[in-house]
Amino acid sequence: MNALRKYRLPALAAIAGSAFLAIAPGAAAPVAWPTLTKPATPEKAPDADGFLQRWLLLEPIPANGLTDRAVQAIAKKEYFPNQLTVIPHDGDKVTVGNVELAWYAVDTKLYNVNLYHFAHALGKPTSDVLFWAVTIVNCPREMPGVRLAIGSNAASVWWVNGKEVVGIYGDRQTVIDDGVSKRITLQKGPNVVRAAVINGGGATDFCARFLDADDKSIKGITVSLSEVRK
Amino acid sequence: MKYALFAIVLALATIAFALDGQIGIHDPSTVAVCDGKYYTYGTGGSSLVSDDGWTWRPGTALPRRGLAPDVIHLGVRYYVYVAANIGAQPKAAVNMIWSKSLDPNSPDYKWEEGGVVASSDGVEDSNAIDPGIFLDPASGKLWLTYGSYFGYIRLVELDPKTGKRINPNDQPRNLAINCEASDMMYHDGWYYLLATHGSCCRGADSGYNIRLGRSRKVTGPYLDAEGVDMIQGGGKLLIGSGGRVVGPGHFGLLDLGEGVQKFSMHWEADLERGGASVLDIRPLLWKDGWPVAGENLKEGTYEIESVRTGTSLELAVEGVPVGGPRPRGGRGGGRGMFGGTGSPIPPQDAAQVSANWPAGAIDARMANYLCQAQQKWAVTAVPNAGGYPGSPYFKIAIAGTDRALAATADAELVVLPAFTGGPEQLWRMDQLADGSWRIMPKSVPNSKEPVALSAVGSSSATLSKFDLKSDKQRWLFKTP
Repeated sequence: MNALRKYRLPALAAIAGSAFLAIAPGAAAPVAWPTLTKPATPEKAPDADGFLQRWLLLEPIPANGLTDRAVQAIAKKEYFPNQLTVIPHDGDKVTVGNVELAWYAVDTKLYNVNLYHFAHALGKPTSDVLFWAVTIVNCPREMPGVRLAIGSNAASVWWVNGKEVVGIYGDRQTVIDDGVSKRITLQKGPNVVRAAVINGGGATDFCARFLDADDKSIKGITVSLSEVRK
Repeated sequence: MKYALFAIVLALATIAFALDGQIGIHDPSTVAVCDGKYYTYGTGGSSLVSDDGWTWRPGTALPRRGLAPDVIHLGVRYYVYVAANIGAQPKAAVNMIWSKSLDPNSPDYKWEEGGVVASSDGVEDSNAIDPGIFLDPASGKLWLTYGSYFGYIRLVELDPKTGKRINPNDQPRNLAINCEASDMMYHDGWYYLLATHGSCCRGADSGYNIRLGRSRKVTGPYLDAEGVDMIQGGGKLLIGSGGRVVGPGHFGLLDLGEGVQKFSMHWEADLERGGASVLDIRPLLWKDGWPVAGENLKEGTYEIESVRTGTSLELAVEGVPVGGPRPRGGRGGGRGMFGGTGSPIPPQDAAQVSANWPAGAIDARMANYLCQAQQKWAVTAVPNAGGYPGSPYFKIAIAGTDRALAATADAELVVLPAFTGGPEQLWRMDQLADGSWRIMPKSVPNSKEPVALSAVGSSSATLSKFDLKSDKQRWLFKTP
């Protein structure tokens, strides 16, 4: 019995649609993202169950701790300027400590975003790390009374339009609709969803969708990674 | 008996509550609802009325007094069927009276005589008392059962437009023997005949108990779970004596809608009330096609677990492992992680771990149950705060503290630092047909919309409109 249940890396045989990555000199040879691809369209609708499948992911930052207080402290620490307001672009870089980290735009083929695949393919650590994730949800109209519903491995803290709305803590696996925010209002136009996902060891991923007043996934929204228009 | 009389007992043990107020009655009718008030009528002109179904007071006697009335609301009329012996038993007759209101203060409160709908001549094998009135939801037909030990429980058809006998010359059908106080109900394609077996009117020595059989046809035969026909004395037990109450009889269905069913009855002797005969209301559950008597929620300390998610309601604070944090190492045995400490670890309570809990309001959330203090809820009845059919309103607080669960104005949950008794801090718990519980605040600030505690996510709870078809609002009270 192994509590960490280490992920077994799939064979390097290319998987159709997988993205191959350019990585820093001196790192291991690039490997494919088995479940992630580079976005090929300006916008992407959520999947049939409402899961948001397009995200900007920052390469992992070392972080340790999964208790409520530790996770809150990790998520609230400033690692780079404007980390709770910045709308990054694919390829943007930030410096954390003296390490330069890059943002990647990704689409996931699944309901969840596999952060282990993301980091491992980049030759980055997957244990005791913090991932930042950002996406932009475009709403055709104001949507009051909706909820952000997330699951993550492991702990995570989430913001919508700059307001912290939900957090789940401890060493945990991703469960659909695990943490669900209180009722919020999505504004007409772009809405910024931001997450800090902290992993202890082993697999790491997250999923997110919005629910309506009947706890059904909301329809009619799209996801893009374009600039938020003022 | 005033609720306050329970106070000393409450501190010592969990108890089941009978109703509050003045609840003395014998042979109560089905509880009827009129303009938001609850009414029941008993033998000898007795009557009870309640504003909320929990606290009762004497009501106005019917103009026709007799034995064991029953009442039904059809259209704009309330029909009451009340029997009387004509001389010595078993010569008797069931009379019908009707009014457009049960509220004596209403201008519509005026009783009209409807005449005899069933009788026994004193020789035939029947005693035409203890009427039970039943509207068949499948056919729209109206039926009356009656009878008491002498001979058969009988069935006749009435006119739902008038409440009178459709054809007085129709021969009554025999359904059961050796019982009385019959009534019927319909559920999922089955008709159920409920009747009271045993002896009444002997105080704490009364053997009264409510039994039943079921049939695909309203006219029977009604067989119990063992296949014994009630006309040969069969009957599956619904409820008998127990705890501090003896001799249940005179079943009456109280369907509150949204899947919440309860039933009224009387106890021949409530030992807490000096052995008096009193009204009670209990949840009605269903299992494998048979009704089961539930119990109103007892006070106590509970884990409150979601049927949907299997996770439990907790105060949103960082938990401490029971017995304190221990390293993961040493899995091989001895005193390592798998070897334990070598001595019992006492239960965790709030006094041990609450020093770092924030002082103000704290969110409520859900988590896997780990026997921790922030997951244990003390559920206590709130005196003089009213209630609902069968139960008082309850306070739900973290055990060992006054931190009370409350509804917010935006229909979310919060745990307040102290209980103040506001309606948003009073909770109604109705047991549902499967034995789980619906938990509702008395009210949400600035809203009249009824809402129920809902497991919107594995780690998140909220308040939302009750949905009978979902497990989101079904909860289990488990003893920690």
